[in-house]
Amino acid sequence: MTLTATAKVEGPSGCFPRAENRCLVASNEPMNSEYRLMVVNAPETGLSAYAGQFFHLLCPATATEQPFLRRPMSIYRIDRENGQLGFLYKVTGKGTCALASLAPGDELNATGPLGVGFSIPEGTRHVAMIARGVGLATLAPLARMATVNGAKITAILSARAPEFLMSRDELEAAGAAVIEVNDVAGNSSPQDVTNRLRDIHEKTPIDFMATCGSNRLLSLTRELCSEWNIPGQVAVEAFMGCGLGMCFACVVPVRDAEGKEEMKRVCYDGPVFGVNEVTTW
Amino acid sequence: MVDLSVTVGGVRMANPIMPASGSIAEGIADVVDLGKLGAIVLKTITPDIRQGVKPPRVVEYTDATLFSIGIPSKGPDYLLNHTVPFFARFGPPVIASISADTAEDFGNLAKYISDPRIAAIEANISCPNLRAHGRAFGMDPVAAAEVIKAMKGNTHLPVWAKLTPNVGDIAEIARAVEDAGADAVVTANAILGMAINAETMMPRLGNVVGGLTGPAVKPVILRMVNQCAEAVKIPVIGCGGISTGEDIIEYMLAGAAAVQIGTMNFVHTAAMEQSIDWVADYCTRKNIARVAELTGALQLPVDQKSEQRDAVAL
Repeated sequence: MTLTATAKVEGPSGCFPRAENRCLVASNEPMNSEYRLMVVNAPETGLSAYAGQFFHLLCPATATEQPFLRRPMSIYRIDRENGQLGFLYKVTGKGTCALASLAPGDELNATGPLGVGFSIPEGTRHVAMIARGVGLATLAPLARMATVNGAKITAILSARAPEFLMSRDELEAAGAAVIEVNDVAGNSSPQDVTNRLRDIHEKTPIDFMATCGSNRLLSLTRELCSEWNIPGQVAVEAFMGCGLGMCFACVVPVRDAEGKEEMKRVCYDGPVFGVNEVTTW
Repeated sequence: MVDLSVTVGGVRMANPIMPASGSIAEGIADVVDLGKLGAIVLKTITPDIRQGVKPPRVVEYTDATLFSIGIPSKGPDYLLNHTVPFFARFGPPVIASISADTAEDFGNLAKYISDPRIAAIEANISCPNLRAHGRAFGMDPVAAAEVIKAMKGNTHLPVWAKLTPNVGDIAEIARAVEDAGADAVVTANAILGMAINAETMMPRLGNVVGGLTGPAVKPVILRMVNQCAEAVKIPVIGCGGISTGEDIIEYMLAGAAAVQIGTMNFVHTAAMEQSIDWVADYCTRKNIARVAELTGALQLPVDQKSEQRDAVAL
């Protein structure tokens, strides 16, 4: 059964920008042997999300698992027209295992939208996004953000093998030029990706970069941003306690322009940081 | 109409429900109507600026968490210039929480932050006393009393002592801080614990040890609240694994005059607001006019009103 796009969900809670959104699962299907896509009908507060933000999901109790803490999940799809949010997730631990058990019609309690997402500087003409692993999910809404801002977007999607490449249709629908690389084809090394980006930059200069999902991709993004003197951002992943900047469990060292390091909260100060601010994604 | 108001340790509150120190920050205001709370208890600050301990900082259990954060602190000036104004605008009394390396520093910090926008200061005495080889102030009745005396001598504000549960006889510590002038005790902080990853053969926390909190600890802390309430005349504020209004009633029956909700704020941001409503409904249902009547109203069967509760040979 698939719920219609107009299925009724609880309305926004007053003037609060974030909420415990009571969403209804519309579908929750495997995309490949590792990833699943869950689409939910979300209330208005949830739909105010933008690229790079996340939701903190309450995982349902299953016969074998009862995760106590919520699980942070980046937003894969923000479909305001149909009132839906999409989460693309890899089933790895007990939290994601529990999420995989949700069926259409079940409720998903999703606190959010949370965190500081991507911000494409005004006047940006050409965005390059470089994604691998979970980054394929996290960066997907960036294409829409770029095209809405009037920028062209080129997406390089990287994976271990072709079957793990995702998001192509999502990104092309949003107007992105998509390039897929993978380890099996042997065209996904940092050097190969760098060369691809140099070629692209020569034809249509890139003036903003975004990355997520790989430390090697973060390194090459940082190097190219520095060489071309353009801004770049990275979405960072962390195990979280609260998702609202309250417990200080998900901190990472963040460097300011003078090189001074401070522990910052991925959930509240991030999850998107400047490529020069963090050393690992 | 139920009267939910309580006066606890020199602070009058619209209801007995507040967040535990360290369980909220500015972000909660995006989700929760803080104006509804009994009081707003702030995260602990230290005189110096601290980054906290090395991650990982949290381990998850079925109904508990083991946290070791290490009191990241932006210091007293940030508290007075940013944190207090941010939270004071919501209305409920603001309770600061402080920690320091020595009793003298506790006193100096209490003096420094004595500000009309702060209704009381909670002393986080679960931190290590650097003059006593790192043993927590709260583990020793003399050291705990010294902290409270130093604070009381330096501020006109009410002082609440937040006790550590990592002691043999918590009532003894409660009596010591009462004698030293504390206006209330908060029972209690987190239970010390440790977690190891068998595969990596390494600790799961960057700091090796941490504090266990969450619903699993409720029976332990409930017992301690009961012991404290029987030992002292000053109010006892219950804090340990509360997640629902029903938990709050249990704590009040055990002797708590008010309660703090901590870890559950991380999971259900609505926990505090919902439990206020639940407590009001409970009082209506039970024909209780004032919520304060619940404090210590535990009904013991006649044959259990003996010293047998002290027996620990289970």
